[in-house]
Amino acid sequence: MTAPDLHPHTDRPRPASVTPMSLQGGVPPAQRAWRLKSFARDRAALAAAIFLVVIAVAVVFAPVLSAYTPDEADNLARNAPMGTAGHLLGTDQQGRDMLARLLYGGRVSLIVGVVPTIVAGLIGLLLGVLAGFFRGLADQIIMRCLDVIFAFPMVLLAIAIAGAMRPGVLTEVIAITVVLIPYFARLARTATDGVMPMPFIEAARAAGGSSFTILTRYVLPNVFSPVVVYATTLMGLMIVVGSGLSFLGLGVQPPTADWGAMVADGRVVLRKAPHVTVLPGLLILVVSLAFNFIGDGIRDALDPRTIRR
Amino acid sequence: MGAFLAKRFLGVLPVIFGVSIVIFLLVQLAPGDTATVLLGPQATEAAKEELRRALGLDRPLAVQYFQWLGRVLTGDFGTSIATQIPVLDLVLPRFVNTLILTAASLLLAIVLGYGIGFFTALRANSLFDRIATSCMLMAGSAPPFWLGLVLVLVFAIDLGWFPVSGMEDFAGDGGTMDLLHHLVLPAVTTALGPAAIIARIVRSGILDVLGRAHVRVARSKGLQRRDLLRRHVILNALPPIVTITGLQLGYLLGGALLTEVVFAWPGLGSLLYDSITARDLPVLQAATLLIALAFVLANIAVDAINAMLDPRLREI
Repeated sequence: MTAPDLHPHTDRPRPASVTPMSLQGGVPPAQRAWRLKSFARDRAALAAAIFLVVIAVAVVFAPVLSAYTPDEADNLARNAPMGTAGHLLGTDQQGRDMLARLLYGGRVSLIVGVVPTIVAGLIGLLLGVLAGFFRGLADQIIMRCLDVIFAFPMVLLAIAIAGAMRPGVLTEVIAITVVLIPYFARLARTATDGVMPMPFIEAARAAGGSSFTILTRYVLPNVFSPVVVYATTLMGLMIVVGSGLSFLGLGVQPPTADWGAMVADGRVVLRKAPHVTVLPGLLILVVSLAFNFIGDGIRDALDPRTIRR
Repeated sequence: MGAFLAKRFLGVLPVIFGVSIVIFLLVQLAPGDTATVLLGPQATEAAKEELRRALGLDRPLAVQYFQWLGRVLTGDFGTSIATQIPVLDLVLPRFVNTLILTAASLLLAIVLGYGIGFFTALRANSLFDRIATSCMLMAGSAPPFWLGLVLVLVFAIDLGWFPVSGMEDFAGDGGTMDLLHHLVLPAVTTALGPAAIIARIVRSGILDVLGRAHVRVARSKGLQRRDLLRRHVILNALPPIVTITGLQLGYLLGGALLTEVVFAWPGLGSLLYDSITARDLPVLQAATLLIALAFVLANIAVDAINAMLDPRLREI
């Protein structure tokens, strides 16, 4: 694995890292194919991508894969261990089938990790590009406002926002989106700075292109790919942050399952039935790890400077 | 250095002002009417109106903000809705406990991260490197609250080496040893994630410097391995590593908040959790503000350390 230019946990994108995309406008098809191949050669990233597809299909088809509904309690089989007949992954303290709860719960957990990252990525992209393109007062206002959000540790602000609002999935999504926007905006702003002095922008200006044309046709496409790479690496972390909010009871409300809330539920039977806590956490870990591998793979594939060791 | 710090403090003032606005606005996010929350659903409309006037809730938002800010600047965060204790008295002792946990975790993260990063870099691509790097990768992706529970399961419940939760043993006579005994599991839980990232950065930083020309020259001059590492590798690899370590502070603080809930550590994180459960918004505001302020100050400290290591940064 190579040195991460941009890691989700390092809080801030480093300016040197935002030029992985070729800055000459569009990507020639040959190069695109090379990148796809380069991603496919990265076995860890490929395996992670396949794994995530399997998980996504499994949670979507939860009703087909599980004989139980997630809230169906079997009072005679509480805290059943893994491998119990009829309950492959055991049951929780209320006798609910763990496999069913993990599958249905995965829907919420994946949504909470993926949706805010995409929404914040789009809003941040727009804000950052506008700030970098127009400069001046707009830039000052946007970036100073984002500095304020940067002054909070990410998890703290998400907890505070979600804690003040009514608990629920939407609350979780909003809280995570708000704390993520500045990270994307700053990245997009730096990337825009890298694009603006390029000759093709000057050429577009000289050819009489309007601000709108230059923005949409020349700036956005070049800023887009670092944002996509960053979003992929962030999704893993956001699954963890989102499940943290659910663990605190700020997300889905009982009896609805999600992986973070399941870990919290399992605490009371930690001695008697450790699998109730261990399984959902393990899933959060593996899914988050998979997103990180994919993020690394995409970054390496897009970055021509990457030398495989 | 004095001028550098003064400039950093001045620069951070507008940010702190902005932070206070965000924290004031948090209450506006809360569903329901503040007077109803304070007086309960049975209160008469007249009583609610009276309270609103007394609290200034009938004034424009901007006026309310400056009134609130004025009180906060004098240390008056109001009274806790749940416990009727002045918020500051509730928050300050908890803040100290959070600092203890965070400081211990930071120390552990640095020792673990630098140690593992350094030794994996020196034995790059060996079996030890592969195992250590994979373990750290897993630790870095694990949710901290879950990691805490797994550690409790293994080291507290199964092996019985450490207490399950809390900060002191009420049956015993307390003291530093007791505190340390209680501190181990929460600190390890909080530290592992940041340690994993630091280790990764240290490893690649050292590998990067090892491949540079000056190291090759020094090696071909016949310099001993130890001197080579000490004089030419470590110092050159350090500045970017310190920056990344500083950036872990936010992650560490966030992790500590969750860890506190798992281990019932009596700090700001568990207070935050209680205040959310009880919808005790003044406490939520005060705890959030204190942690944000501590984070801003810690970032200035990181900048100062960086400036000490690299004189070029002092110009900015």
